[in-house]
Amino acid sequence: MEVPILKQGAYLIATIQSALTDADIVHLRDALVEQVGRYRALGVIIDVTSLDVMDSFATGTLQDVAHMVRLRGAETVIVGIQPDVAFAMVHMGLTLEGVTTSLDLEEGLAYLSRSSKASRSR
Amino acid sequence: MKPLEVTEEACVPVESDIDIVTARMRGRAMAVQLGFPAAMATLVATAISELARNILLYAKRGEIVLSPIENGQSRGLRVAARDHGPGIPDVGRAVEDGFSTSGRLGLGLPGVRRLMDDFEVRSSLGEGTTVTVKKWNR
Repeated sequence: MEVPILKQGAYLIATIQSALTDADIVHLRDALVEQVGRYRALGVIIDVTSLDVMDSFATGTLQDVAHMVRLRGAETVIVGIQPDVAFAMVHMGLTLEGVTTSLDLEEGLAYLSRSSKASRSR
Repeated sequence: MKPLEVTEEACVPVESDIDIVTARMRGRAMAVQLGFPAAMATLVATAISELARNILLYAKRGEIVLSPIENGQSRGLRVAARDHGPGIPDVGRAVEDGFSTSGRLGLGLPGVRRLMDDFEVRSSLGEGTTVTVKKWNR
């Protein structure tokens, strides 16, 4: 199942709508990294609210997205990690280190807008 | 306490990455049916996801068998991940943190061990591997 990617202003928003196979997650990674260039995006939000499980593969691949997008000059925020999913991730030892997370889409957008303003005024 | 309904054993063949999703969804559904709280059902689903991926990664095919279990008053769920792949040369190392031959995170088996209550690996070279884990609802 393909994840729709919406362009909103300078940001790309990918909303995961169901459980994803490993191939779907890899496809999402490649699509986001490519579209950051195509749309000259400054930020990427990945909404994982509907993702049933964040296992080592999903976590590792989303971490790769964040790092690859950063190398392309934009920022990534993962939003919507549910309490039960966070609980399981902590038990597993999956920390998403080096990746920005926000509570939900609204907070994620607010974060990106603060952070791109800050970098413009620098 | 009388069981509300009979939950039957389920076997999910694992041959492609969509089967990982099917196995963990069946596992979550069974955990919920057995009365597990949602957070515990997510732990079980996450463990199944890791075990099913290991089957694909190392043995190409195998199966996940989900069974309801009982011990006195406690009810639980057993997950057996079986394959007839090459087997694990060094089981001790495979369950160590940070060890992976797949080049990925290396959190697979040790992570599963932390998610579940009981954890057992049986593997013989050339014959296959069975990882059996249990989660008790307490």
